[in-house]
Amino acid sequence: MSERKDLIQDIVTIEASHLLESVSDIKSEGYRLGQACATKAEGAVEILYSFEKDETLKNFKVSIEDKDPEIHSISGIYWPAFIYENEMHDLFGITFRNLALDYGGHFFKIASETPWNPVEDRGAKPREASGKELKSAKTDKENKKDKVDKERKGK
Amino acid sequence: MSYITKSPWIIHYDGSSCNGCDIEVLACLTPMYDVERFGIINTGNPKHADIFLITGSINEQNVSVVKQIYEQMPEPKAVAAIGICATSGGVFKDCYNIMGGVDTVIPVDVYVPGCAARPEAIIDGVVRALGALDEKKKAMEKRPHETTTAAEAVANLDRMGLPDGAPPEPLEELVLPGDDIEVKYFGTQPDDESADDSKNSGSGKEEA
Amino acid sequence: MAKRTIIPFGPQHPVLPEPIHLDLVLEDETVVEAIPSIGFIHRGLEKLVEKNEWPEMVYVIERICGICSFGHGWGYCKSVEGNLGITVPPRAEYLRTIWHELGRMHSHLLWLGLLADSFGFESLFMHSWRLRETVLDIFEETTGGRVIFSVCKVGGVRKDVPDEKLAEIAGTLRGMIPELKELTDVFLEDLSVKNRLEGVGVLSTEDAKELCAVGPVARGSGVRMDVRLDGHGAYADLGFEPCVEEGGDSMARCKVRVRELFQSIDLIAEAAGHMPGGDIEVKVKGNPSGEFVGRMEQPRGEAYYYSKGNGSKFLERIRVRTPTNANIPALVRMLQGCDLADVPVLVLTIDPCISCTER
Repeated sequence: MSERKDLIQDIVTIEASHLLESVSDIKSEGYRLGQACATKAEGAVEILYSFEKDETLKNFKVSIEDKDPEIHSISGIYWPAFIYENEMHDLFGITFRNLALDYGGHFFKIASETPWNPVEDRGAKPREASGKELKSAKTDKENKKDKVDKERKGK
Repeated sequence: MSYITKSPWIIHYDGSSCNGCDIEVLACLTPMYDVERFGIINTGNPKHADIFLITGSINEQNVSVVKQIYEQMPEPKAVAAIGICATSGGVFKDCYNIMGGVDTVIPVDVYVPGCAARPEAIIDGVVRALGALDEKKKAMEKRPHETTTAAEAVANLDRMGLPDGAPPEPLEELVLPGDDIEVKYFGTQPDDESADDSKNSGSGKEEA
Repeated sequence: MAKRTIIPFGPQHPVLPEPIHLDLVLEDETVVEAIPSIGFIHRGLEKLVEKNEWPEMVYVIERICGICSFGHGWGYCKSVEGNLGITVPPRAEYLRTIWHELGRMHSHLLWLGLLADSFGFESLFMHSWRLRETVLDIFEETTGGRVIFSVCKVGGVRKDVPDEKLAEIAGTLRGMIPELKELTDVFLEDLSVKNRLEGVGVLSTEDAKELCAVGPVARGSGVRMDVRLDGHGAYADLGFEPCVEEGGDSMARCKVRVRELFQSIDLIAEAAGHMPGGDIEVKVKGNPSGEFVGRMEQPRGEAYYYSKGNGSKFLERIRVRTPTNANIPALVRMLQGCDLADVPVLVLTIDPCISCTER
């Protein structure tokens, strides 16, 4: 098979203070905004911005502290970024300064507040190994249900 | 003999579904499975519908929407929960935004499991809902002059979690073009109404 | 000064298969501004990475959307395979490409039917969906499911399709071409359809680039962008060129999708003819650690799949950025200045998949 451009991964970590500068530079080179997403890491929230031109990607990663995460918005340079930034605000609690179209936390109306970065978990490790406890919690509920069903069937 | 089961009209709503079951519901209406030969029409107006086909599970946003559609349907009505997400939450049951299946907000008559539910199963589910509809119609015919007794109406309201008793406030005067009226939005609303409402859809009890 | 009224559109509306809410600010009958409000389908399924191990997470990701289901499965598998650094065998890549293109065909036929239904042309809706059933029959014969068919897994595919069967499939699709041509000619030539689609919702090329539109919305405005050009799957071998139309109105977007429909038939026939032999999967050892950003061309446009692992059985993050998410700013721009009666048609021309947007 010929050249696989999709396997080229280019992820550059930059400082939050250099974000606007790097994004303006990349816009003048003709890249378009692909996506922006956030990930919870230990004591921090990492935001990944992806830009694309001619089927090659360039990604910027910015790490900010997760107690009261705040960063400048790039929607002044790329207007469509408001979609991703509003979502990150609702799910992670990140405040974006100078957001072009700000829904004020009501973009997604969800039952729990900032579910990916709950207030009590800020500063703690992300819940990566919690799958086991949650899985066994489900089995407990299922066990109880089985018990009730068995009693009903009179076994 | 009740004619209501001869040509039931359905209304379909998707509450947080992935669309798999929705396109299978629409596929029932298209020439391969063709339920229109039985007189079943997919109407967009809840006030014309007999059977409510609902796909997808319930999250906080669509609780009020589902309740309003259910309330607007005239008696007798039946509800069929299509797909495993509507039955119990499906593979998304543990998500933070999912409350569960449809029976957390409205009473369900028929559950059709499957992911996505096959059109044959959906048609089977609708036929069983017709049976439930028939029974309800017969129960209604025993009291020809009222659809529900006052006690049943209060019990219905209680079950749906709505305040009972007080009728809606009547409009005091006609609203004419050019009047300044307060615009009410549709959908759920955060509890403090001091938040800026112009950019989000606040809740309003929509007068039907 | 014209009076401004605000009309809510959705979430329950006869023309919308899914709930989306738009607040339309109108001056008389012209839309001045549109404020989207989403969140009716938000399930928060990306958080399920904490409860499902990474080989099982593919089932959840496939159920983000029932229409582009195979694309999501492939995108997730691609991202995790990139993370693990494994290469799938060529036969698996070809099979994945064939299923993906079949998914594109069924999605475009579905969209054509819904578009016809939105401006009242119900018999055309019935014809489109009748032709779509042929594609669903092919799905059922090869995978067992009509809509969601869990056939992609990390490391390859689950089921093999014998070469004779593939030749038969290519023959069936080629046999569909006269009927498809008859159907699509109505969309492109009929006067009543043209009146509803031509000149409606114009998105200029500069706007499409500025608003980062993707998929047929961008290609209908003259922007040549398609993820299939980057050589994943079997596309590098099949000689692929995206369908681009100038014009930027709804008719141009319709033409792009119609051309892609016929292009998919050609791609499938070519892939079936050059099928490599060999295994359909590769054994996977270890757990993903590190990150990978993968992309996929869904029927609606470009989708991103970002996965981050930390060496354990549970991924730390999976992020899916779907094409409708990227097209919402373009929709808001297109709605400014249109008539109220055109709003349902415009919302449908971006092919909204709200369950993809909100996950």
